[in-house]
Amino acid sequence: MSTSTGSSRRVLEKGPSGWLAAPALVFFLLFAIIPLFGVLFLSFTKWDGLGEIKLDGLSSWTTVLTDPVTGNALWVTAKIMFFSFIVQAPLSLLLGVFTSASQKYRAALAVLYFVPLLLSSAAVAIAYKALLDPNFGLGPGLGLPFLAQDWLGNSDLVLFVVVFVIAWQFVPFHTLIYQGGVRQIPASLYEAAQIDGAGRVQQFFAITLPQLKYTIITSSTLMVVGSLAYFDLVFVLTGGGPGYSTRLLPLHMYLTGFKANDMGAASALGVILVVIGLALALLLQRLGGKNRNASQLEGA
Amino acid sequence: MASTTQIPAPPARRTALSNKQGHKHGPRAKRTKGPGRFRPNYLGGLGGWLWLAIIIVPIYYVVVTSLKNQAGFFTSNPMMPPTEPTLDNYKLVLDNDFAMYFANSLIVTVGSVVPALFVSFMAAYAIVRGKGRFLTWTNNTFLLGLAIPLHATIIPIYWMITKAHLYDTLLALILPSIAFAIPISVLILSNFMRDVPNELFESMRLDGCSDWAMMWRLALPMTRPAVVTVGIYNALGVWNGFLFPLILTQSPSTRVLPLSLWTFQGEFSVNIPAVLASVVLATLPLLVIYVMARRQLLSGLTAGFSK
Repeated sequence: MSTSTGSSRRVLEKGPSGWLAAPALVFFLLFAIIPLFGVLFLSFTKWDGLGEIKLDGLSSWTTVLTDPVTGNALWVTAKIMFFSFIVQAPLSLLLGVFTSASQKYRAALAVLYFVPLLLSSAAVAIAYKALLDPNFGLGPGLGLPFLAQDWLGNSDLVLFVVVFVIAWQFVPFHTLIYQGGVRQIPASLYEAAQIDGAGRVQQFFAITLPQLKYTIITSSTLMVVGSLAYFDLVFVLTGGGPGYSTRLLPLHMYLTGFKANDMGAASALGVILVVIGLALALLLQRLGGKNRNASQLEGA
Repeated sequence: MASTTQIPAPPARRTALSNKQGHKHGPRAKRTKGPGRFRPNYLGGLGGWLWLAIIIVPIYYVVVTSLKNQAGFFTSNPMMPPTEPTLDNYKLVLDNDFAMYFANSLIVTVGSVVPALFVSFMAAYAIVRGKGRFLTWTNNTFLLGLAIPLHATIIPIYWMITKAHLYDTLLALILPSIAFAIPISVLILSNFMRDVPNELFESMRLDGCSDWAMMWRLALPMTRPAVVTVGIYNALGVWNGFLFPLILTQSPSTRVLPLSLWTFQGEFSVNIPAVLASVVLATLPLLVIYVMARRQLLSGLTAGFSK
């Protein structure tokens, strides 16, 4: 571990040594950046996960790009990303605004709102498997026949179940982010609006929403890029089935590599995953105007 | 976001005009919107209670079912409490090495979060206080890590771990977990570090302090909320992580809790109450922490994200 060599004359201008960043950089290069190149390299090889890795040109890519299951996985991923965003974003925003108010009963509600934050995806998925059982689950329990469906076995319904369970697990986290954002809005803005006679709805659109711009970008980025990582939840809940109806891209990658033992094709899918994630993140940053981090760096 | 309030993070400021009793009644607002600033917001309240039901019902079902015996599970109404509550399911789970899985989870979580915090903090300090192309490039590399679904790199990581003869060890989970926690940690920590007034550093520098001393004696106390945020966020992520254990470990001796739930479900698939008891048990430790330190946990989590 190195500290700076405090020997420069220009005391006030000298920053710390870059060496301080080295340990983090080494870790990150070793287990994130090098594997990133690794996944690109492996996509041009044949490997079953155990034996020798053989260079194999474009065959993995040909396999992946001509396989209809790949297209289906992309389609499923897009659907889940879209629907879970449509469900989660407004809900989290409204709940965040709702729980940021100062009434006692709301604070009490909020205590329970955040419990799903604590659960692992595996736990949530297992709980929902039991809950959605048509014979011993919620449907018969509440005496609501329409809830007693074969939710996880019906390929038309299962996608919405997945979206719902994702929302159940992740809305609390985003609610928390929005709650924090709302609480940072200066109260004077609202006071002024009230004097001007703006109602609650007007205030929401004129003050709360514009003031939350960066919070919305942060939360949306986490939501969208995060939906490329909904692996464990879907893996435990449906395993990608029935058929291929919930086989998301990350899940498809896992099954191709570790179950079908085709690491080359799985790596090609990994590359696709990286490219999509990167494109989405850049798009969201663009939508949000200037890149805050870069601008802050300039002013540092 | 106007960076007005910083440290200490959770401002007690509210957007609502507190203590203002609404005297105009009548739900004039037609939307289910948030904070009732002037009068009771009936629609908002209704939405709030509805969401509460959505959260509570599954949790209630899991707890109630885990207290039933198998016969009771098959015969009673699923939503009704058991007629003869039993703790046998919990006993069964505890007898199945639950304590060992718990210990494994604890080792992996602490072993990942503490080093990740340490190296991220130093990196954030260097990035914010230092100058030069190398640090800018380093920071951009970390930012890139935020945009990439890092799980896509699992196959090369699997190869590396196998080659290093770490497969099926707890270290196999710890090393990549540290790396994956770095980008978000550096981002949040450096966002907070920027708000520490330069004069403070300069005066310490004039007193002859090294960077090492400034880091731990000035930057750390000043960014404590962010450190807490990052610690909690990463701990939750690692504690509940499923993909690394699934791919990088195999034997029961290296099994962590989330994975044990899954294998347990495979072994006891017909015994739903026991499976749900394992879910309750795995969640219990976090729930205890939540009950004891809810405010710190939640405000800690938000401090870093809502800047």
